[in-house]
Amino acid sequence: MKRRHRRPSAPDPAAFPTRTYDLLKEFTIASAVVALLTVGLAAVFSSPDVKPVTLASWARADGTDFTATAVTELGGTSTTATYGPPYNHTPDAAQKIGPVSLQNAAGVRIRVDTANDFVLRPLRQAPEPPAVTAALTTWTAAAPARQRAWTSAYSDALAKANGAAPARGDFGPVPVLVARLRELARAGALDGQLQAQGTFYQTDYTRPLLFLSDGSHLESLARAQHLKGDQWGMMNETGNYPGQAWLWLYTFWYQIEPFKSSGNADALIWAVMALLSLGLMLVPFIPGVRSLPRWTRVHRLIWRTYYREQAVERGRRA
Amino acid sequence: MSGEGAAGGGWTGALRRRATRALPPDKLLPDAQPAYMASWIYVFGVLTLAALMIVLVSGGVLALKGPAWWHVSGTGRYVNSLHLWSVELFMFFMVVHLWGKFFMAAWRGRRALTWVTGVVCFLVAIGTAFTGYLVQQNFDSQWIAGQAKDGLNSVGIGAFFNVLDFGQMLMWHILLLPFALGALTAWHVLLVRLRGIVPPIDATTPPATPPAPAATREAAG
Amino acid sequence: MAGHPHSVEEGAVRFVAAPVDLGGTGHYVHWGVVQLSVANLVVIGLMLVVFVAALLLPFPRGRGQGRGRG
Repeated sequence: MKRRHRRPSAPDPAAFPTRTYDLLKEFTIASAVVALLTVGLAAVFSSPDVKPVTLASWARADGTDFTATAVTELGGTSTTATYGPPYNHTPDAAQKIGPVSLQNAAGVRIRVDTANDFVLRPLRQAPEPPAVTAALTTWTAAAPARQRAWTSAYSDALAKANGAAPARGDFGPVPVLVARLRELARAGALDGQLQAQGTFYQTDYTRPLLFLSDGSHLESLARAQHLKGDQWGMMNETGNYPGQAWLWLYTFWYQIEPFKSSGNADALIWAVMALLSLGLMLVPFIPGVRSLPRWTRVHRLIWRTYYREQAVERGRRA
Repeated sequence: MSGEGAAGGGWTGALRRRATRALPPDKLLPDAQPAYMASWIYVFGVLTLAALMIVLVSGGVLALKGPAWWHVSGTGRYVNSLHLWSVELFMFFMVVHLWGKFFMAAWRGRRALTWVTGVVCFLVAIGTAFTGYLVQQNFDSQWIAGQAKDGLNSVGIGAFFNVLDFGQMLMWHILLLPFALGALTAWHVLLVRLRGIVPPIDATTPPATPPAPAATREAAG
Repeated sequence: MAGHPHSVEEGAVRFVAAPVDLGGTGHYVHWGVVQLSVANLVVIGLMLVVFVAALLLPFPRGRGQGRGRG
């Protein structure tokens, strides 16, 4: 009371009639209710746990997709290879908000070289059959343009073959390299190699996850579970479990234009959500928005007893 | 600053005087509330707090046994389920609480900071839940990480906050974000106690109260 | 690993077979641009129901204490 400097925009609650109210009792009852609800829901519904995809399970379940992806990693044309910051320098790959690219500003901080990290190093680290040694030597000796011509020709041939053995062509050492990589992947060796990266303890799954995300196997599994971005997937969970329903607005923007078809959708939607979040935070200061509660009159319901008593009081005085 | 003077006691004494002046015991833990506080909508704040407690406890049990436990143990799976459903309840109650406070224009009467800390709690809770989804070590985590990296990379955050790095996300989920959420929640609750329960829209100070200032019409808009 | 009580296949799934299995194929509703999982729809619907109920249900009145102590 003493330290009030400004005229308050609501009276002091201490000046109003009171009634007993046991906060600790309320908290105890609330805790018991929530605990019981949690125990019950957990017992009845359990929780989802769909097994992770491994490079091994991918190479076994969809070898064609694995091979096609491996060729693009080697040729530097995969999504990750052409991603731009923070993984590599790719001109014009970074997203922008108007003229500003925060993605570029943050820079390349998690360097990923898909040809070496995903294909060549794992091949060299594993026992090398003579054919693979020869293929690696040929690959390394070739000029980048020649390497790209090989991988691009092999990618096209694989696409045309549609799962069958591709037609003959000038693919250089590429078929030998990716066939060996697939062999290593199927055996489970590639999972270990991509994770270890020369260390024993490991907590960073950036590389194997990027490799997995470049293929279409993971995506087709996600689509089946309604998890894709264009399926409002951000708020969904595997199976019939509720998901992050609170992300409804964030995932909503991806469904409509101009975001839906924009190459900068991620950055633009981030900007929109940042602004809206700031708006929610500043509701008390935004004229119009801060008056919505008065106009909607929901408060008349919440405090109906108070308003009724006030009306009676006024009537008595009049 | 005001260590000397009538009361003394140095910085510590000054802090104690300030704290007890702002929140004397019967204001911090009152056994009465204004009579206008009579609606079920008022219980959703405390329900949110209760759910947060259960989230922290179930998460603590998961932490005791380590991140892989719940995949290989029936008990672990059940504790994970407790964690999931308490989070669903926590977000459920928090959103109903938010709706309620919005329609009460509960930021009136120097309570804007209470609203702001509440909204920040909501945003931090979303981030905490999100990192939880990332560290499940299952298909869901893989997919969410692969998708979320694009959003975060597009605004430069991904260069520092790498959702594909399980170790980093686990630390954020079980240490940094819960700490931030806990601190913000404590601040939010103390602000509620400091300012008291917001009076009804258009309420005026009851006339019979002797030392009350001139009746003031509050202004929500 | 066969027969090991803690292997994923042998253990967790069987131990905690939930009375209501939500692990099956998900159900979704499509409404123009809106696609919602039935599970999320139930949660959101319950939130609205609970909110409206909290506004409408009478709250038990405690004992009065008279004027405030401010």
